[in-house]
Amino acid sequence: MSDGAEMRATPGWVALWPALMLAIFFLVPFGIMLAVSVSHRDPAGAFIPGFELTHYARFLSAFFAKVMAVSVGVSVAAAAICVVLAFPFTVFLASMSHRTQTVALVVLLSVLSLSEVIIGFSLSTLLSKTAGISNLFYWLGLISEPQAYTPSLFALVTGLCYIGFPFAVLVLYPPVSRLDPEIVEAARVMGASASRAFFGVVVPNLRGAIVGAFILVFVFTLGSYLLPQLLGRSEDWTLSVHITDQAIYQTNLPFAAAMSIFLMLVALALVGLASLAGRQRRAA
Amino acid sequence: MTNLRIERLSKTFGSFTALDDVSLEIPTGKFVCLLGPSGCGKTTLLRLVAGLETPSGGRVLVNGEDQTQVPTHRRDMGMVFQSLALFPHLDVAGNITYPLAIRGADRASREARAEELLELVRLPGMGARRIDQLSGGQRQRVAIARGLAIDPKVFLLDEPLSALDAGLREHMQIELRQIQQSLGVTTIVVTHDQKEALTMADLVIVMKDGVIQQAGAPMEIYRNPANAFVAGFIGTTNLLPCAIHDGAIELLGARLPIVEGDRVGVDHGAAQLSVRPEHVAIMPAGEGAIEAEVTFVRDLGESRHVLLQASGQEVIAQLTPETQASYRPGDRVSLDFRPGERVVVA
Repeated sequence: MSDGAEMRATPGWVALWPALMLAIFFLVPFGIMLAVSVSHRDPAGAFIPGFELTHYARFLSAFFAKVMAVSVGVSVAAAAICVVLAFPFTVFLASMSHRTQTVALVVLLSVLSLSEVIIGFSLSTLLSKTAGISNLFYWLGLISEPQAYTPSLFALVTGLCYIGFPFAVLVLYPPVSRLDPEIVEAARVMGASASRAFFGVVVPNLRGAIVGAFILVFVFTLGSYLLPQLLGRSEDWTLSVHITDQAIYQTNLPFAAAMSIFLMLVALALVGLASLAGRQRRAA
Repeated sequence: MTNLRIERLSKTFGSFTALDDVSLEIPTGKFVCLLGPSGCGKTTLLRLVAGLETPSGGRVLVNGEDQTQVPTHRRDMGMVFQSLALFPHLDVAGNITYPLAIRGADRASREARAEELLELVRLPGMGARRIDQLSGGQRQRVAIARGLAIDPKVFLLDEPLSALDAGLREHMQIELRQIQQSLGVTTIVVTHDQKEALTMADLVIVMKDGVIQQAGAPMEIYRNPANAFVAGFIGTTNLLPCAIHDGAIELLGARLPIVEGDRVGVDHGAAQLSVRPEHVAIMPAGEGAIEAEVTFVRDLGESRHVLLQASGQEVIAQLTPETQASYRPGDRVSLDFRPGERVVVA
C-alpha cells in the first residue's frame, strides 16, 4: 500500500489552480455583490458601505413579484419551446449524412456570432407594421390590413428562442448522435409504432440531455436584458431589465445587487428542481 | 408454428445490389444460419424479413401471407441485434417484457412471463438488475429472452454472439440451439463464423455477393460443397486445379480414377478438386500417386498439419494423433487423396 501515493498520476496541489480561478472569478465578485446589496445607497455616487436590508425589503413587493414571475415565465417558455423544437430537429439531423450534419451545425454556430442587438433590431423590423411579414400576409389576402407584432410577449419569446435554439441543439447533438440506432429498430420490431418508439425509447434515454438543454436555455435567456427592451412591452420587462435600469440609470447599485441575488437564488432553485426531476425519472 | 417463404427477393442500395433475386423456403421450427463474408447480403435478408428494409423486388411470405405491406411493428417477430440494443432506461424485466407492455399485457402476466423467460435463459431472479450491472454473457441472455417474449413467429438474430469472447461464444452457441429446440421456434441467425453455423443450424445457407451459393444441412455442405467458394469457406480444404478426363481426375501429373463416393460435379474438362486435409494421406516416396516435399509442420495439439509442395501447389495434410511417423521440412514423400472423399467443383 506504501507505493499507492507514488502511483497517483496527478499531485494534489494541481487542484489549487481551479480553486484559485473559481475564487478570483466567482467567489470574490459574488462577495462584492453581496456586500453591495446590504450597503447604503448614495444617490450622488454609488453606495456607502454598511449593513441594511432595506433593498431586500423593497424587492418584496407585488410589483417585483410580478416582474420575477414574468422573468421566470418568459425564460421557461423560451426554454421549453427551444427544447421541443430542437429535440426532433437534432434526432432528424443525426440521421442525415455527415456532410449535411456539418453544414447544418456550422450554420447554427454562425447564428451564435450575431449579437443580441442585431437579432433584436432585425426581429423588430421583421415584425413591424411598416416593413414586417404582416405586409406579406396582407398581400396574400390573409389579413385585412398590415399590423405590428412588436412590441409584444410573442415577439420577445420569438427573439429569445432564436438565441436559445442553437444552444439547445449543441447540447443535444452529442448524446443524440451517440444513441444506438438499433435501439429504435429493436423497439419497432418488438411492436412499437414509430411515435411510440420515439416517446418510449428515444426520449427516456436522452432525458439527461433534454434537461441539460432546458437548463442551459433557461439560464441563458434569464440574463437577457436587451431583447425585452427591444421586443417587449414595458410589462414584459424582465428582472434583468430592471436590474440594468437600477444599476445604470437610477444609480441604485445596492438595490440592483439585491435583485441580482434574488434572481440567482430563483434560477438555482429551478435548475436544482429540473435536474432532480431528470435524475428521479432515470432511477425509476 | 411458422413457415417462412422468400420469393425472388432483391434489394439494391443505389448502384449496390445487396440481395439479388433470392428464393428460399424455411420450414416450421427449423434453425437456419445465413452464412457468408461481410457484404454478402445476409444481414439485408434478415432485415427484409423483419421489415426494417423495404424490398426492391420480390416478397416475404409468413404462413402464406405476403408481408410486404405489413409494417415492422405488426409482424410479431423477435429479434436480437448485433449491438443487442437493450434499453438502458429499463431494468432486465422491463426489457424482457417490453414487447408485452406494448401489446397491453397486465403487470401480473408480465412479471410471470419475465420470470419464466429468465429461467429459460438461466438468469433466475435477475429481473430487477439494471442493464449496466450485467456482464456481456448476461446481456446476451437478456436480449435472447426479450426476443422470445411474445412467442415470435420467427426469431431473428443478427451476429448475436460476435461480441462475446471465444469460450463463452461456443457455450452460448450450444445453449441457443438447446433453447431453440425446446421451444421449436423458427429461427434465422446471421453469422460469418462457419463453426457457429455448423454447430447450431439445421439448415446452413451460404451466401456471397447477394446470391445463395448453397443451402443444405451442415454435414452435407461440408462433405458436398456446390462450388469452390463454399468448399473454401466451410472448414479448411485443399483446392487444386484439375481436369476430368475419361472417368478420372487428372492433376499434379497423376491420374486418379473416380470411385464410388467421389462427388464429381463436372462431366469433362478443367475443374477444381477439393480435398479436406484429413483425407490427404502421406506415405513414403514412390508409394503414392503424387510426389511432394514437406515444407512445414504445424503442431496444433489435437492434430498436426503438414504443409507440402506438389508440382508448385501447396497441399495441407492433417495427421491424426495416432500417426507415429514424423516429418521434417525437406522430406520427400508421396501423397494420395483418399478415394471416395474427393469433391470436384467447377
